[in-house]
Amino acid sequence: MEHFDYLFAAYSIIFVVIFAYVAFIWRRQARLETELHAMEERLQNLKPVSPSPGVKSAVEN
Amino acid sequence: MKNKIGTALGLMTLGLMLVSLFMVFEWVPTEADQGIVQRIFYFHVPCAWVAFAAFGIVAIAGVFYLWLKDQIWDDLGYAAAEIGMVFCTLVLVTGSLWAKPIWGTWWTWDSRLTTTFILWLLYGGYLMLRAMADDTEEVARFGAVIGIAAALDVPVVILSVRLWRTIHPAVLITRSGEHGLEDPRMVITLLVALAAFTALFGWLLRLRFQQLRTRTRLTILRREVALIEAAVGDY
Repeated sequence: MEHFDYLFAAYSIIFVVIFAYVAFIWRRQARLETELHAMEERLQNLKPVSPSPGVKSAVEN
Repeated sequence: MKNKIGTALGLMTLGLMLVSLFMVFEWVPTEADQGIVQRIFYFHVPCAWVAFAAFGIVAIAGVFYLWLKDQIWDDLGYAAAEIGMVFCTLVLVTGSLWAKPIWGTWWTWDSRLTTTFILWLLYGGYLMLRAMADDTEEVARFGAVIGIAAALDVPVVILSVRLWRTIHPAVLITRSGEHGLEDPRMVITLLVALAAFTALFGWLLRLRFQQLRTRTRLTILRREVALIEAAVGDY
């Protein structure tokens, strides 16, 4: 089993990097979704009191 | 429905990865000259394949973004560039880990290694631009141009072993045009590993792309809320 340490290191690095990247994506996605829901709620609360034409076009756009 | 596709792709990736690992460590014969360290090759080549495919998508998405000016293409290009960078890094690292016991050095300025390193630097520049600049149309346009220009290095990397003198092995097809893998089990193992990494790429691209779409939606909502709040304040 000569050079097994190199083989082990190569496969370990591949899986550690992939798992770290997936964890990074999941964490960021969870944070973004929380922020998105909060923003949608804020927008819903603002809509009924939008009286000016400028406000109307912003919502429509 | 969307979640079902993601789950199915994730499970397929996991299954193929496990089969692939079994084949690499249990089934495939040990190469006579290099010994067990040659087994790095079965994941090194798929990492390169994913990196090249990802950078190809960056270029295609860049062309479509410049043509259609639709944010969806910019998001796809950005997601693919990031994944390409992860796998290009893995190619360089696993290559070095193979090179040390076989060549006796971690790194040499061989044509394939150098062109791959240039590719890594080019997309590193692309990602730095995207990370440090604001999300404006101008930055997206610059990004698209850099993404397309950098992808021109991909065929150079692939052809480098034929264009210049190199010590990098041409394993799939040798310089004399013959098959580089003599045992059919080696070919099958490589094909399964390629399938596993293709599935992994699809799954990661889907995850990251969806995330960037969420970010785009959030940016639009923020602008709307700011406009409404300003208008309500004026009123």
